[in-house]
Amino acid sequence: MKTAVARLKDTDLTAVEHAREMGLDDAEFARAQQVLGRVPNKVELGCFAAMWSEHCSYKSSRTHLRRLPTTGPRVLVGPGENAGVVDVGEGWAVAFKVESHNHPSYIEPYQGAATGVGGILRDVFTMGARPIAAMNLLRFGRPEHPKTPALLSGVVKGIGGYGNCFGVPTVYSSTDFDARYDGNILVNAFALGVLRSDAIWKGTASGVGNPVMYVGAKTGRDGIHGATMASDSFSEGEEQDRPTVQVGDPFKEKLLMEACMALFAAAPESGGLLVGIQDMGAAGLTSSSFEMASRAGSGVRIDLDRVPTRERGMSAYELMLSESQERMLLVAKRGCEEAVRAIFATWDLDCVVIGAVTDDGMVRLVKGGAEVGVLPARALADDAPRYQRPTAAAPAEGEPRAPLGRVGPTVRAHVTSPSLAPKSWIYRQYDREVGAGTLLDGTRAPAALVRIPGTHRAVAMALCCVGRWCSADPREGARRAVIEGVLRTSCVGALPIGATDCLNYGNPRVPEVMGSFVEGVEGIREACLALDVPVVSGNVSLYNATDDRAIHPTPAVGVVGLVEDFRPALPRDAQTGDTVALLGWPAQGTSLDLGRVRRLAELVRELRVAGAHVDAQPVLEGGLSAALVELARRAGTGLFANLPAGTDVTDALLSEDGVGAVVVVPPDRLQLVHERAQRAEVPLEVLGALGGHQVAVAQQGTQGGAPLFEWDTEALFAELEAVVPRIAQGARP
Amino acid sequence: MTTAVVTFPGSNCDRDCVHAVGDALGAPVARSWHKDHELPTGTTSVILPGGFSYGDYLRCGAMAALSPIMAAVKRFADAGGPVLGICNGFQILCEARLLPGALLRNHDGLFHCQDVELEVTAGGIGLLAPFDRRQRIVLPIAHGEGNYTADEATLDRLEAEGRVAFRYLARDAAGNGAVNGARRGIAGLLGGPCNNVVGLMPHPERRSGAHLHGSDGLLLLRGLVAAGANLGEARA
Repeated sequence: MKTAVARLKDTDLTAVEHAREMGLDDAEFARAQQVLGRVPNKVELGCFAAMWSEHCSYKSSRTHLRRLPTTGPRVLVGPGENAGVVDVGEGWAVAFKVESHNHPSYIEPYQGAATGVGGILRDVFTMGARPIAAMNLLRFGRPEHPKTPALLSGVVKGIGGYGNCFGVPTVYSSTDFDARYDGNILVNAFALGVLRSDAIWKGTASGVGNPVMYVGAKTGRDGIHGATMASDSFSEGEEQDRPTVQVGDPFKEKLLMEACMALFAAAPESGGLLVGIQDMGAAGLTSSSFEMASRAGSGVRIDLDRVPTRERGMSAYELMLSESQERMLLVAKRGCEEAVRAIFATWDLDCVVIGAVTDDGMVRLVKGGAEVGVLPARALADDAPRYQRPTAAAPAEGEPRAPLGRVGPTVRAHVTSPSLAPKSWIYRQYDREVGAGTLLDGTRAPAALVRIPGTHRAVAMALCCVGRWCSADPREGARRAVIEGVLRTSCVGALPIGATDCLNYGNPRVPEVMGSFVEGVEGIREACLALDVPVVSGNVSLYNATDDRAIHPTPAVGVVGLVEDFRPALPRDAQTGDTVALLGWPAQGTSLDLGRVRRLAELVRELRVAGAHVDAQPVLEGGLSAALVELARRAGTGLFANLPAGTDVTDALLSEDGVGAVVVVPPDRLQLVHERAQRAEVPLEVLGALGGHQVAVAQQGTQGGAPLFEWDTEALFAELEAVVPRIAQGARP
Repeated sequence: MTTAVVTFPGSNCDRDCVHAVGDALGAPVARSWHKDHELPTGTTSVILPGGFSYGDYLRCGAMAALSPIMAAVKRFADAGGPVLGICNGFQILCEARLLPGALLRNHDGLFHCQDVELEVTAGGIGLLAPFDRRQRIVLPIAHGEGNYTADEATLDRLEAEGRVAFRYLARDAAGNGAVNGARRGIAGLLGGPCNNVVGLMPHPERRSGAHLHGSDGLLLLRGLVAAGANLGEARA
């Protein structure tokens, strides 16, 4: 698989060997032969291999993904399009999706991460939505791993380099380090855009005779067969695979986005100039043309000689499989070609008619006046193979808990661990405020909150998953990814209205991995059903394994919530004198009760919208101690907490098996919080207050009420902020 | 009386500036395109917004400085018209020689998006009329190339002429801006025939009202619009 293209050139392999090189197994090759009724040529084989790759076809996952809840009163577009779309009221909607760019980012961290951002932004603006927010979930190997510093620095720089220039605020980031990602890092990019709910565009090629147009950057030889690369495991040394990584140009994409926005808005009186539009992402011209034709039940004829190129002598194979960035395929209304071209010319972008819509269901590729490939659109796209791969229960992997020492040092080491330490060094490299609509970002709150321009509505978002929980229990871990997203967005006052998932797993041919995957989907399903959150878009990334060592199962879940009027929810920042209280059920057992999660989420949301708390943090990863330290750090003050008597103090501070949230309450709202918590039958425990120059924890009736530990805030915050830069610099801990 | 916001290909704070002037300040605002040869009729002040004009190709602001609209902006500035360059707009003003010096890559090679404490060194003057001299404010920066530099003689002259508009309060041992290495902590400058040109790296449009974590930025935009109004009256 490694250097498929090169090998094809210099050997005379048989068709079946070609097919294997491209990643088709023998049964799939036989199926391809059957579809065509003859032996496919090399161009056609390339199309089969790309379209039937795991990346494009979801062949191992599709049957399971059907189990996810995907509908609801607000859902305007569910899975299957470039992005999901959810109604947010007043005629507005948001389009969003998360997608992985794991393999390319490991090979070339800057460009891999940058083009991951570029790809997800295109998915969103293709729907007609102007991007207003981006998030990411990053998983790196252990901090001491020799590759971690360069991967961390390169990925973060790549995400910032693309998003900052394009002009989308990157408002939330989840980053963790774990040896299980040593050989397979995760780079999951999320984007969200805003559009009018009656002006949604889709990737459809309908209307016989309508022109097929190519817009955006020229095609080069970069990223050829990236989709099949993303559908294979690594072996040591495979990072030599560099030519398959694409190179991004955020400036070009910004122009492309502005031109597309102008195109969508053009000629409203005649119903617009456009029929359908799709991003040329993974598998480039191949996936866009086959999918657009398949969705419409039509065919397309493409003249490859008309494709704008930036290199000479590109073959049909290269033109079809290039993953050059910042390109779109669109189908315009017949007779509107000139009007479309004029819009793109304003932005100095190429716009060329390269073909036309036909009615025979075939994709016909023409080069040098001759047909070089003829393939049925549907058979390669919607009717791609689907597998019900064997599953087996994965052995539960608990993290052996280190013996606990004295409370103070144990908790200090815990909260300053790379997993829990603040990610300010990363956030600073992202422009979080371009657009001037960022009300809260991940440095200020447990979820980001971004204004719908021109309204007092705002959307909240967070992207979540704790991989080690999924290794311990793949279903519960996935449930908790949803739970975390719901609690985080509820904490800033939002009602969760939709989710998107990026399911990162190992090799699906390993039954235990497939078993974890199926359990993960089931966990998301259970939690989304119980919490009323439809999954409207998503992506699957398999083969995240090196030499048979797989990553933690990592189903990243992005939850999007709605605040109908953000003004009362943002009365002021947290400050000295505010009360710190715990809501919920701290020790609940390893399987979290979804009914309690729902009650807690409703309560913290209701309180926030009433201005009754000014900051909050769910108690999940890292337990109560992590939540307390995070709230103190965000407020820039000390914090005193007095834990209730009778509990094991270390357990109370470190346990991750509860349904809870710590809220910061202005003293004059405490009575209201008491009343509402009582009415909602959610336990409330006032712990203490913000203020002073120490983070201190005591327990009622222990040591005569003297603090179990008290940490000087200046030293604590400095230590916390130093963790991630030290990893980036490659300094040994 | 109109504030013109110029859009170059790659500008990405142009809409934010239009919103801040039009909605937050409630002042008339018009948009101007890089290929235009004239500013919109009735223009009394100009904003060159932040972003990555022309993709930062060559150098930040270098291509934009040569665009058709910049010839019109230069004429406007030379005639005393108030011009505000924000972030990439500041870089463009330097490349267009409307302000001296240059903005290099940040000293640590990283992009920085964060709040910074500033001193409005030239508060009270021209566009900075709404501020007190040396008033302390907080604005966010978001740039990879804000490391201001000029030769010693130029720096001395800028100080002597009172043309340092904004300074970062946090400085390193050598007196440079701690966040990006800017010489003598310079975050913004005054220029033009009557101190009518202001360039700065921080983003005032991002602190332009309630729920945007402060409104210090709105003061600067108000100063710009007011200077334009005065100019309009003087001409009338």
